[in-house]
Amino acid sequence: MSALILAWHSDVAWSFRRSPVAVVSLMVVLILVLAAVFAPLIAPYNPFDPASLNLMNGFSKPMEPNAFTGDTFWLGTDDQGRDVFSTILYGMRISLFVGFTAVLFALVLGVTLGLVAGYVGGWTETIIMRIADVQLTFPAILVAMLIFGIAKGVTPVEHRDEVAIWVLIIAIGLSDWVQFARVVRGATLVERNKEYVMAAKLIGRKPGAIMLRHILPNVLSPVLVIATISLALAIIAEATLSFLGVGAPPTQPSLGTLIRIGQGFLFSGEWWIILFPAVTLLVLALSVNLLGDWLRDALNPKLR
Amino acid sequence: MSILVAVRNLTRIFDVSKPWLNRLIERRDKALLTAVNKVDFEIEERTVYGLVGESGSGKSTIGKIIVGLLPPSAGAVEIEGVDLYREEDDAKVDAVRSDIQMIFQDPYASLNPRWKVASIITEPVAARGGDTTDMAEKLLEQVGLSARDAGKYPHEFSGGQRQRICIARALASEPRLIVCDEPTSALDVSVQAQVLNLMSDLQDEFGLTYLFISHDLTVVRHMADKVGVLYLGQLVEEADRDTLFDAPLHPYTQMLLEAAPKLDGFGREATPPEGEIPDPINPPSGCVFHPRCPIAVERCKVDPPELRGVGKTRVACHLAETSRD
Repeated sequence: MSALILAWHSDVAWSFRRSPVAVVSLMVVLILVLAAVFAPLIAPYNPFDPASLNLMNGFSKPMEPNAFTGDTFWLGTDDQGRDVFSTILYGMRISLFVGFTAVLFALVLGVTLGLVAGYVGGWTETIIMRIADVQLTFPAILVAMLIFGIAKGVTPVEHRDEVAIWVLIIAIGLSDWVQFARVVRGATLVERNKEYVMAAKLIGRKPGAIMLRHILPNVLSPVLVIATISLALAIIAEATLSFLGVGAPPTQPSLGTLIRIGQGFLFSGEWWIILFPAVTLLVLALSVNLLGDWLRDALNPKLR
Repeated sequence: MSILVAVRNLTRIFDVSKPWLNRLIERRDKALLTAVNKVDFEIEERTVYGLVGESGSGKSTIGKIIVGLLPPSAGAVEIEGVDLYREEDDAKVDAVRSDIQMIFQDPYASLNPRWKVASIITEPVAARGGDTTDMAEKLLEQVGLSARDAGKYPHEFSGGQRQRICIARALASEPRLIVCDEPTSALDVSVQAQVLNLMSDLQDEFGLTYLFISHDLTVVRHMADKVGVLYLGQLVEEADRDTLFDAPLHPYTQMLLEAAPKLDGFGREATPPEGEIPDPINPPSGCVFHPRCPIAVERCKVDPPELRGVGKTRVACHLAETSRD
């Protein structure tokens, strides 16, 4: 309890309460995340259950009763009669899951490599950071597509749909670790020469313990900022890959898959199939980004 | 009294050259900096050895080598007869390590800002799996802080209080030797005195040995039993405190003492030290001090003087017998 009171009075909380953009963004993100997590409870239909689908409901317009069945769908239906609102909720689940897990993967990988590179130095550092530099010369999406392509080549056809999500996570994570590694290496270079690190060294602490217990806690605040901004980028990267047809399979559609399906109907007048998933993606990515921007300012002592 | 620390012919050379590709393109040789050059001294148990010198004279490097943070390039440091860098018996190394502690110059960088004071103080013991119950509280009271401070973070303290926390941490593992690298130079003068007195009291109470590194002669005069003067990585003079301050033999020591502010020196103009410390990458030939030395003769330019006994003093100067005039 006292920790909660302390947190409420902390500088970050104070700056949060003074920033309407941050408050609104956090609320939007929370609502979207909760809606995605509880999708099976909230969604009026289960778009993955063929028994609940009625082809006669196909192409229902938003908020209008269907001409054949009389059913009303808030955001309309697609060609197979799937409720767009429900598919968005389920799609957001996959988008957010891929986004969070990919960022977590990139974070663990990047922070570990950055810490080791910064603390150990020498050839270890040169090798890690040159790999990072080389990877930065390719667009992230290209790296992700390359990894995706390799993985697709090595997995048997019947398992492709099962592993697709995990391949997507690894592909996005591997294309994103460089950011974390660079920032953490820079911060580690500063910290490792500070006297508290020497104090730990001289009592015989092992390098692993020094990196984990002493340096890591002191390099985490920039990591938090990058993680937030990376989350928005990862969600967009996932949508891009899925839109290109190399991401989430149609059996587990993410927001990107929905947009890809929707763009086929864009010019035949069924605008709602693409518009609503696209707007959801935009709102999600925008609020996460705004939250990241605020966090960067709030944790930057020079801007206070 | 027994010898706790023996520094034998200690040399440390740093490679300060540019990366090999730059060297190849610019056709330059490796640049080597001799930070410590054949330094030789001993510290007796339960005494304070003061090491003085200007910035860049190698005093901090010697401190780091003694506590085991930096391997020597040549020579050796023996603590309780054990050479930390050559001893192969891990148990012996570990035993010696727990007898050495260090107090650093910058109290703002020497405490991990994300750790509570209690964990900071008890780390030297916790790292060895020792019992730390109530230890932080007891140590905090010993250094003049409150037991309740154990639950706070370093940023809640002032510079002087932080240095007291550093002292508490240094005491935790019950060391015999504490290397103090300019422990008060980052503090206000009023706080300096308090911290120095605390360190003196603790030395008596726990029978500690200090290696006291400082550029501040008044502080060294207050603390040290024996003083070594470093110039460009070489020990140029060593004597008991009173001998050194009353009758300095090396012209460099004389210059330092003249430049130091004196309490009875109102109205008297102190002569500033002449010239700068030379580039340690290309040290002068012969005696390293000869370009700045007021009494240098031809011999000083070619013949590097050895450290030799003159009276109760050890001094590296050809003209030590006549330099007092």
